[in-house]
Amino acid sequence: MENIYSLMHGFAVVISPTNFLLMLVGITLGVLIGVLPGLGGANGVAILLPLTFTMTPTSAIIMLSCLYWGALFGGAITSVLFNIPGEPWSVATTFDGYPMAQQGRAGEALTAAFTSSFIGAFFAVIMITFIAPLVADFALEFGAPEFFSVYLLTFCSFVGMGKGSPFKILASMALGFALAAVGMDTVTGQLRLTFGFEELMRGFDFLIAVIGLFGIGEILISMEEGLAFSGKTAKIDPKVVLATWKKLPKFWVTSLRSAAVGIWMGITPGGATPASFMSYGLAKKLSKTGDNFGNGELEGVVAPETAAHAAGTAALLPMIALGIPGSPTAAVLLGGLLIWGLQPGPLLFVEQKDFVWGLIASMYLGNIVGLAVVLTTVPLFASILKIPFSIIAPVIIVICGIGAYTVNNVMFDVWMMLVFGVVGYLFKKLDYPLAPMVLALVLGRNAEDSFRQAMLSSQGSVSVMYSNWLVGSITTLALLLLFWPLISKAIALIRPPKEDEFAAHREAE
Amino acid sequence: MDQNLDSGDSVRAGVGTYVADAVVAGLILLLGIIVVVASWELGAGWTSDGPGSGYFPFGIGVILCISGIATIFQALFGKNKDTEVFVDHEQLKRVLQVLIPAIIYVGAIEVFGVYISSAVYIALFMILMGKFSIVKSVAIGLIINILFFALFEVWFKVPLYKGYIDLLTFLGYS
Repeated sequence: MENIYSLMHGFAVVISPTNFLLMLVGITLGVLIGVLPGLGGANGVAILLPLTFTMTPTSAIIMLSCLYWGALFGGAITSVLFNIPGEPWSVATTFDGYPMAQQGRAGEALTAAFTSSFIGAFFAVIMITFIAPLVADFALEFGAPEFFSVYLLTFCSFVGMGKGSPFKILASMALGFALAAVGMDTVTGQLRLTFGFEELMRGFDFLIAVIGLFGIGEILISMEEGLAFSGKTAKIDPKVVLATWKKLPKFWVTSLRSAAVGIWMGITPGGATPASFMSYGLAKKLSKTGDNFGNGELEGVVAPETAAHAAGTAALLPMIALGIPGSPTAAVLLGGLLIWGLQPGPLLFVEQKDFVWGLIASMYLGNIVGLAVVLTTVPLFASILKIPFSIIAPVIIVICGIGAYTVNNVMFDVWMMLVFGVVGYLFKKLDYPLAPMVLALVLGRNAEDSFRQAMLSSQGSVSVMYSNWLVGSITTLALLLLFWPLISKAIALIRPPKEDEFAAHREAE
Repeated sequence: MDQNLDSGDSVRAGVGTYVADAVVAGLILLLGIIVVVASWELGAGWTSDGPGSGYFPFGIGVILCISGIATIFQALFGKNKDTEVFVDHEQLKRVLQVLIPAIIYVGAIEVFGVYISSAVYIALFMILMGKFSIVKSVAIGLIINILFFALFEVWFKVPLYKGYIDLLTFLGYS
């Protein structure tokens, strides 16, 4: 078992006092970020990224990935105690988590949420340990057309699996690509789309976009809703934890099913949010107590949390193995790799063994440490939400501003952050998804390069996308997903659709 | 979403969501046209040594135009035209209460640098929006920025912007 050996080596890399400390710092900051409005996984990582430039890549990725686990855990706290989902994937957790808190069972709900998160992540990490090296190995044979077809698949699946108007998904994606194209063209050396502005020569940094779209945009949205927190307090004492843990094994079928749903949705860029809804819906349908879902059923917390965390973790698989991230946060981490001087892609497993296995080992440890941290510190984080918004809002804007400045040390970026903030606010209100834009901004250059190389090898003929069975089938799948909104309409015309399980919940939200 | 129901019986006035939707889609269309034109001028065709600089962006611009036009069409003539108010005055006021100070704040950074502007911004925001006492607000503004200073300048050695008028030169970090 070469994988096990490599993993053990990874553990040896991770367990140094410095890295362990960074892990704790990452988790704690992550939970904080997950709890605070306006700071989420993606822009939390984006803001802290510049601070890691001086660290070794392994230490940096350990801290930042732990930040991500922390944010995933933290989302559950606000959902259960305040009925405010800290992250979109915790929306389904509020359905049963908040009623439980109202009945005074907040401790039980939180314990269940954290433990399920942990279990979901654990299954996903095991999957990554064994599947990622295989995928990377397979992808070593990839040429430019194969890579472009995978990029195509990534972006088309946003259209195929997304909710809402496919044109808005396309617009958001194309906007990302257009912004990525601004600046110097690395192939011909020409300046593109800069319109003579010196500031635009460097191009748009995706970190600025992430901080603006998710950070400032979120603050504006929260402000508009006139956010006032009125939450339940929670103390988790060991007795409640143990009592809840005794109940949890009963739901092993739900856990396994949710983990499977989450892993699948995480690898394909469907993402954690639909995964959590889908697994909640499945649990409601299949559970014996399904009718009582929504009134504070423990299983209703277990299902979405397991799936969301499994999806969030599984999203890192395509990032490590192929260099193609499955979520905005994974995209930011990928951008980090580039900054630390690592070339993302299948070669990572060959050339940067320490880094990759250190990262995978830190996923195991990070989640264990994370579980311990959140179980012991919930009252602390819950009390942070009691701080008035008029203190939190300016502080978060200051943090975003500093984060935007430190990326390139130019003030122009801070102004751009405000612009992206307004764009994020408008897009959110009008149901444009932000993830395709961020992914396109990060991957734009790489996707374009592989497209150009593919075109070059075939002298401009698109037929290169069908030059062998592998490229052909990936491209076909991508096109199928791209036109899925049309296809599903056609199917619906022939056969009337079944009743939508989640419609009621989505409206209730 | 309906937190503003409690803000009285007054009818929510403002532009409909479909108008905002169409305007934003119009901006996307405009951007698409700009990208298409600029890429065309760069050379969107096939040059002697492969696809030109504008080859890929040209396609992207076309997608932007198509999705812009389609969204305008859906917003204005779609089956479920969303006539819900986009933002009412109360909401707009609250959004601008954050956005305008943020713009002034970034402008102040240009002049006075990050630390002084941030301290003043946090303190003023707390006094004006949160109705906190002046002492408490100033104290919190100062403490947070001393923490940031220690974190960035001293610990991580990442210098932040000091502005045209650097009032902190006496600290020896610039």
